[in-house]
Amino acid sequence: MSSFTKMFSSSIGNKILVALTGLFLCSFLIIHVSGNLQLFYHDNGMAFNTYTVFMTTNPLIKTVSYILYVSILFHAFKGLHLAYKNKKARPVSYAVTNASANSHWTSRNMGVLGTILLVFIVVHMSDFWYEYKFGHLPFVKYEKNLTTGEITSSPFQGQISGKQEQYVVEAENKEVTIVKDLYAEVQEEFKNPLMVALYVIAMAAVSFHLFHGFKSGFQTLGLNHKKYNGIIRFLALYVFAIIIPVTFAAMPVYFFLK
Amino acid sequence: MSGNMNLTLKVWRQKNKDSKGLLETYNVKNISPDMSFLEMFDVLNEELITKGEEPIAFDHDCREGICGMCSMYINGRPHGPKRGVTTCQLHMRSFKDGDTIVVEPWRATAFPVIKDLSVDRSAFDRIIASGGFVSVNTGNARDANNIPIPKDDADTAFDAAACIGCGACVAACKNASAMLFVSAKVSQLALLPQGQPERYMRVQSMVGQMDEEGFGNCTNTGACEAECPKGISLSNIARMNRDYIAAGLGSE
Ligand code: SF4
Ligand code: FES
Repeated sequence: MSSFTKMFSSSIGNKILVALTGLFLCSFLIIHVSGNLQLFYHDNGMAFNTYTVFMTTNPLIKTVSYILYVSILFHAFKGLHLAYKNKKARPVSYAVTNASANSHWTSRNMGVLGTILLVFIVVHMSDFWYEYKFGHLPFVKYEKNLTTGEITSSPFQGQISGKQEQYVVEAENKEVTIVKDLYAEVQEEFKNPLMVALYVIAMAAVSFHLFHGFKSGFQTLGLNHKKYNGIIRFLALYVFAIIIPVTFAAMPVYFFLK
Repeated sequence: MSGNMNLTLKVWRQKNKDSKGLLETYNVKNISPDMSFLEMFDVLNEELITKGEEPIAFDHDCREGICGMCSMYINGRPHGPKRGVTTCQLHMRSFKDGDTIVVEPWRATAFPVIKDLSVDRSAFDRIIASGGFVSVNTGNARDANNIPIPKDDADTAFDAAACIGCGACVAACKNASAMLFVSAKVSQLALLPQGQPERYMRVQSMVGQMDEEGFGNCTNTGACEAECPKGISLSNIARMNRDYIAAGLGSE
């Protein structure tokens, strides 16, 4: 066996892969949440819809997103596989345990939290990603008056050529943009209180999963140093356990109340 | 005597490796708060012997917190409710009159129960053995301070070397992972000049042996560090991971 194969098939090697994919997913969330802030613009979704076109057509981003899908699957299934092996490492369980005396509950429930997230990701991707790529989303037409800067939007019924998702024409002092209306889909989705509840619960799971996971990833990679542990803990709590999940959860709530 | 206690014990009894065990209830009376937890078991065993019953098998040796034998999982925690002590150093004053105390053996595939509370920890010995030799000059004893070692490194190595191989880390871990133990053994040599020649070989073989023994995979819960009677730090696990990564990337 080559030293790489040996390393990555060992317990530590497996954990390194889970840590690397996990931290990669963390970095993705920063991009995802920042981009989605455009949902809060009062522009009938123009910024969000054109951003979506960019994110789904730019070759670099497309490449990264395929790496992302593989990472999600790997992280989830490797995590579950390790959880299964860990169960086997203690076949007879204790009659009494007092685990809260020695560890934080998030750290002991990564498998459960992760499973909630996996279910959520499946629902989330089939509602938006699949719909966008393969479903029949309506198109919307934005018209920008180049002198006043005023933007109006209207549903677009006609056909646009080929598979093109964004279509810009300039005509008589007007800039016309025709795009798939994912924004409308978002609005529609979050009229359903069950969906809003699912998203809010999933974001709580994100919070708890990342509160432990972000720190844990660094420890697994051997990055444990007095000087930097403070900042890692700070980021885990404030950025990954609070700011990101709360901002995400605000989106369905916003559309529900809108 | 005043202050003495009556307690209910629920103790894991298991005939041998292959039989199924169960929790047996015993009442112990007039236990002095100054007794150690093991002495309380001695009292109970005396009684059992007098009654013609089989005494409870449990491991112990030094009874002063240095051998690591006294493995008891007490009320859901290895070595009982106090931090930084072994069962032999746990005193009955840590309990109250009328308490019910549940005592179980370490539970892990890699630590099969031999009898009652006594488990086979030879997996740890095999891990240490897999670490192999350290190349040091034989012959006359060297002069002290012949090899300069930075004070901080010597201290950190010493802290790692304080591990007594008790297995509480495995017992506490929800995954029955042995990472804290192995990392202590890896670190105590990795930090010192004498440990350098075989440093990367050693970490690979010890981790390999650890995996083979059937311990679980660490998820960084930190339960081991919290329950370790010798205060072995999680930073040892990070060091081991670093060395393991370096070994994997660097070796041929
Ligand atoms: S690391 Fe601590 S708990 Fe684990 S075997 Fe060593 S002394 Fe015991
Ligand atoms: S009997 Fe030696 S440490 Fe407890």
